Amino acid sequence: MAKKLMKGSEAVAEAAIQAGCHYFFGYPITPQNDIPEYMAARLPQVGGCFLQAESEVAAINMVYGAAAAGARVMTSSSSPGVSLKQEGMSYLAGAELPCVVVNMVRGGPGLGSIQPSQGDYFQATRGGGHGDYHPIVLAPSSVQEAVDLMHDAFDLADIYRTPAMILADGIIGQMMEPVEFHEHAKRELPAKEWAATGWDPKSGRPRAIVNSLYIEVDELQELNDRLQARYAVIREKEARAELYHTEGAELIICAYGTVARICKSAITLLEKKGYKVGLVRPITVWPFPEKQLREVMDQPSVKKAVTVEISAGQMVEDVRLTVNGTKPVEFFGKPGSYTPTAEEIAEYIMKSMEA
Amino acid sequence: MLWTNIFAGFGGQGVLLIGQLLALAGMNEGREVSWLPSYGPEMRGGTANCSVVVSDEPIASPVLSMADCVIAMNTPSLDKFESCVNPGGKLFINSSIIEKKATRTDIDVYYVPCNEIADSLQNPKVGNMAMLGAYLEATKAVEVKSILDALLYKLGEKKAKFIPLNEKAIQMGAESIRK
Amino acid sequence: MTTVFKKTPILTDAILHYCPGCGHGIVHRLVAEVIDELGIQNRTVALVPVGCAVFGYKYFNVDSVEAAHGRAPAAATGIKRTDPNRVVFTYQGDGDLASIGAAEIVHAAHRGEKITTIFINNAIYGMTGGQMAPTTLVGQKTTTSPYGRDEKHCGKPIRIAEMLATIEGSAYIARVAVNSPANIIAAKKAIKAAFQCQLDGKGFALVEVLSNCPTNWGMSPVESMEWLEQNMIPYYPLGVKKDTTKEV
Repeated sequence: MAKKLMKGSEAVAEAAIQAGCHYFFGYPITPQNDIPEYMAARLPQVGGCFLQAESEVAAINMVYGAAAAGARVMTSSSSPGVSLKQEGMSYLAGAELPCVVVNMVRGGPGLGSIQPSQGDYFQATRGGGHGDYHPIVLAPSSVQEAVDLMHDAFDLADIYRTPAMILADGIIGQMMEPVEFHEHAKRELPAKEWAATGWDPKSGRPRAIVNSLYIEVDELQELNDRLQARYAVIREKEARAELYHTEGAELIICAYGTVARICKSAITLLEKKGYKVGLVRPITVWPFPEKQLREVMDQPSVKKAVTVEISAGQMVEDVRLTVNGTKPVEFFGKPGSYTPTAEEIAEYIMKSMEA
Repeated sequence: MLWTNIFAGFGGQGVLLIGQLLALAGMNEGREVSWLPSYGPEMRGGTANCSVVVSDEPIASPVLSMADCVIAMNTPSLDKFESCVNPGGKLFINSSIIEKKATRTDIDVYYVPCNEIADSLQNPKVGNMAMLGAYLEATKAVEVKSILDALLYKLGEKKAKFIPLNEKAIQMGAESIRK
Repeated sequence: MTTVFKKTPILTDAILHYCPGCGHGIVHRLVAEVIDELGIQNRTVALVPVGCAVFGYKYFNVDSVEAAHGRAPAAATGIKRTDPNRVVFTYQGDGDLASIGAAEIVHAAHRGEKITTIFINNAIYGMTGGQMAPTTLVGQKTTTSPYGRDEKHCGKPIRIAEMLATIEGSAYIARVAVNSPANIIAAKKAIKAAFQCQLDGKGFALVEVLSNCPTNWGMSPVESMEWLEQNMIPYYPLGVKKDTTKEV
């Protein structure tokens, strides 16, 4: 198939439709409006339904309903709107419902800015809402990867009966890059026998009850044990990272999303000056690719790690937990919406390596 | 080959469009490309700009702080981005409305009378295409034909009649910087 | 032996957890009988709320979804929009619908969402232990209005049926009560009309049911039924507030 030059947000929307998502519920917020706008135009053409909800709260609960009925469904928003969706995310996790939520992260806290940011890492990877749960969180660093990860997000959500999130920054959403919508390998997906679609007592299946209320202590324990067992499998099987120039590196940068690409440019600058620097780019930020990072960090050549983020230092906590004190882990970045330049990153790394 | 470019001007001058045309043309020539706009309040009434990368290799960062080429369609854009041209790079100035001269001496500077060219073609909208013509002449980043194909793709067949006008503007822009 | 009465199969055999004398049991039965009579069990999905009816999924013998507090109309929208042939109803109390879920119910009505809502108005938060609701009457004592509801402090009770009847997208809106045999018969008629409205694809339908809460009102069941008659019905007049289902 020919390449198309597409905006990240629109490409993500098209990818969702091609992944079989025919239902979208959302609410306008910058910088992700291209997604609902694209869905509003495209979904009626494929016999689906786009609905603009009265709020993000309503939108995620519409997603909850559609997911409860067994449909592939998604919503998208940006940081303040995603905060409002956290109640629903917790219910989706508790009721073991699959769905996909896209967060085109903007600067915060509060109303913040509309420029790119990575300040929602904690919210995304720690669960965001109440209770012990994690959505699967995928962090693309290019428009093509965002497209490919959309397919993965829907499949993983279905396989593990969990919400999945695409954690992208405003750059991914607004940027145009060439994309190909190639065929994706079909995964074996479990049948949604639990879906509430209307029950015929003669059908043989049990009556569907989609619920996250378990008032008895041992029943709630059972749900939590089931979720944690599932998370353990996800941690084991689904953690992904890209390794870039890590072999023989003396310093490892850890960065995700667009920032990781700026780090690659910084590495080019550093390599020209003879520094040996590699990059570990988490593609899944939950589960965090601990094994991949640990293997790279365990190389004798590696002296330290530097995490680069558009935040006050959030993912750096996962990097430190992974490295577990064996080598120093530094942080470079600013909270808010300041996207560091390749030159600034390179300069910090040089100073750090000389220190 | 790697071209990093910043296209800047005020809203309505078509800087985002010529940036997109460059990206589309590059893609259709089999290159790696990225197009990243500034967005949000800074677009409203102020300067608009986009970063465009055309490369033979996968593109690391689409976010540019420095660029090989800066295209300044108005004075605020020149003020903001002159310092962002890589040493040895190229700076394109819309001399129709920017009265200042460049202060840098370590780069090539091209003065393109975009508005005059557009006026001579009796269409104020094609000033951006004159600038793109000058850019292509100086960089040879992509073929003019690829740009025209990209424009046809953007306009659609219904507006194909505007292609010759745009082609003329590109030619005149190119001529304007020939020694 | 002849059978003169049989429990509807649309209620499960689970023992209701409601307090003695509570109107929820009556309304559950009415809704279940209507589903049975309309023959729609196999395509009905119930949305149960947060509140006293939170365990509704144990009682209604249909596919059921537990919604977050106030969000049942939004979740119902999600279910209905994925297959318009489904019959989707929400069962919500006054804290759930009239307070935290006010936006969701107004916009479900505003979109003309083809769902049916059964709204239980008993003028109090039951499950959380008798706090003031938007529907609590002026002067009524609750645990969070211990001196009686003061309209200067927190306004007058909200009339949901009248409010929703003003919205273009609503097709059938009625208020009924379950405090007497005659009222219960009328209530069932309204509930059936509200489901029929959905089956005919006419638009949003809601039945507000005035019910009692003997436990939190601090009354015997009989006293509570009398209190409802004397205090609630004058403020919340019964009747069909809007019916556009007959219009062509």
